[in-house]
Amino acid sequence: MPEANSKIALHTVPPISLRRRVTDHMMTGVAILTVLLVLTPLVAIFGYLVYRGVGSINWAFLTQTPKPVGEAGGGMANAIVGSAFILGIASIFGVPFGVGAGIYLAEFGRNRLGAAIRFTADVLNGVPSIVIGIVAFSIVVIYQKHFSALAGGVALAIMMIPTISRTTEEMLLLVPQALREAAYGLGIPRWRTTLSITLRTATSGVITGIMLAFARVAGETAPLLFTAFGNTFWNLRYDQPTAALPLQIYVYANSPYDDWHRQAWAGSFVLIVLIVSAVSAVRYAVRRGSFGAA
Amino acid sequence: MPGPQPVEQAKVTSAPGSPVTVLLRTSGGESSDRVFKAAMTACGLGVLGVLVLIVYELISGSGLSWHAFGFKFFAASDWDPVNEHFGALPFIYGTLVSSFLALIIAVPLAVGVAVFTTEMCPKAFRGPLSFFVELLAAIPSVIYGLWAFFVMIPLLTHYVQPFLHKTLGWTTLFDGPSFGLSMLAAGIILAIMIIPIISSITREVLMVVPQHQREAVLALGATRWEMIRIGVLRNARAGIVGGIILGLGRALGETMAVTMVIGNSPQIAKSLFAPGYTLASVLANEFSEATGDIYRSSLIEIGLALFLVTIIVNALAQLLVWTVTRGQPARGNA
Repeated sequence: MPEANSKIALHTVPPISLRRRVTDHMMTGVAILTVLLVLTPLVAIFGYLVYRGVGSINWAFLTQTPKPVGEAGGGMANAIVGSAFILGIASIFGVPFGVGAGIYLAEFGRNRLGAAIRFTADVLNGVPSIVIGIVAFSIVVIYQKHFSALAGGVALAIMMIPTISRTTEEMLLLVPQALREAAYGLGIPRWRTTLSITLRTATSGVITGIMLAFARVAGETAPLLFTAFGNTFWNLRYDQPTAALPLQIYVYANSPYDDWHRQAWAGSFVLIVLIVSAVSAVRYAVRRGSFGAA
Repeated sequence: MPGPQPVEQAKVTSAPGSPVTVLLRTSGGESSDRVFKAAMTACGLGVLGVLVLIVYELISGSGLSWHAFGFKFFAASDWDPVNEHFGALPFIYGTLVSSFLALIIAVPLAVGVAVFTTEMCPKAFRGPLSFFVELLAAIPSVIYGLWAFFVMIPLLTHYVQPFLHKTLGWTTLFDGPSFGLSMLAAGIILAIMIIPIISSITREVLMVVPQHQREAVLALGATRWEMIRIGVLRNARAGIVGGIILGLGRALGETMAVTMVIGNSPQIAKSLFAPGYTLASVLANEFSEATGDIYRSSLIEIGLALFLVTIIVNALAQLLVWTVTRGQPARGNA
């Protein structure tokens, strides 16, 4: 049948004019041009990062703390560990909270309140990170009277919550209703069903969401400027100023010293390797895992 | 949407021994159900709580400045911490100009990429291409800033700015010495940063345009471009605008990269070659050093202004995207 139709169409539709054909080809060209224009900076940024970064990484960079101003050498070891420390604090607050909110939205949130929370989470996602820094400053730093890893962690936790809760909700909703009903049918209470069956079935998807939130806040600088503040020494106390990789990159990039610029590139390279590997791992896991969500 | 799921998933939960008996033995009655629901609801309410907390802290923190300056705060253009005169106009101007400049550059490129990936690209390239564009979104802001400062700015000062001055100098938008650190640099780096957002949302919106629309237009004898223009873009208009506004929201609040390239000088200049200052940048530079109460309060008021603008912009964008993708799994047909 399709063949017959197309034959009729060929005879009745007037031939496509030259102008229309030229426009068609031109627009294809324009679209390809935009792709090239968009990919150019991406390639340039990655290329430059690898070019400057790989050459600048050495053992000292990964194992030492910064040298005093103007002195060459030293490294960002304390900033790398500090970043992990702040992210750890952020996860302690952000992950249970976000997953809990996600469970609420998926299991109990088919109502007005659920819609309001969903909308709020989306709105929170768009709040500029620097504003969240101000809030963390007002609720933590003011009371502690000095900058601290805890304040930085709180700021990042606030940024993680919307992402985690929305992806958790999405993943839980993918779990077939029949599985829940089967559990209810066996007399298993709702909380047990949610935690041991629904959440467990969706584990890989939920972890994906957590990793994405993690990758997103790992590179954040703005909310740490006046919360974690930075530190040139080792610190693993929650109530003291703490170095973070993005902060250190920012400070070094703004400095007038060539050796610090070199280290800023090295730090960026380390940061981007960590983030891109996290994102790619997530993408791979999602494609491989039981949920074809992406 | 869930569709038929593979059976293995059910097996996972029933594989070790006889978990059902374990579950039954260890589970409480209805009271624990109620506790569970209450706990999860508390987490959900916590999300609302966070927003309320943000609003409360910003409003209470900016009270001092509000009482001292009132509405004049947003109309005055002097920023003088020494004499404690504060006006936010140069920052508002800088934020708006750099963001709109970014939109002008980013929108055609982002929409072009989205159209190419959904309508023209061979299937094999589709995945990698959208992956690369998404990678752009994963790069931290500070790395964009670093790259812009050391690589893009020298290119601008040596090649782009002299060229713009020569060809478009008569508009007076491209006047003055080209130092590099400028509104133009901020606009360009912002454009690079918001392209992935606009293009991924546009892609999602284009994908929910029903296939019949395309087939119908093609059946009328349209070329591919005409099909895209009439059958696809026209139907997805509202959603694309939503994506653009979402990109605008990101550009307005973007801090680090802009701070590193805009020059940080509170002035209102017509030329795009002149340095500027944005709401977010002034917070990044001055908040931790703000000693006086009224100084800090003024900065928090700037934060409040930034917050309100981005909230309104984002809510608007959400609504627009929803009107298009509502009721359909937006990412189902990737």
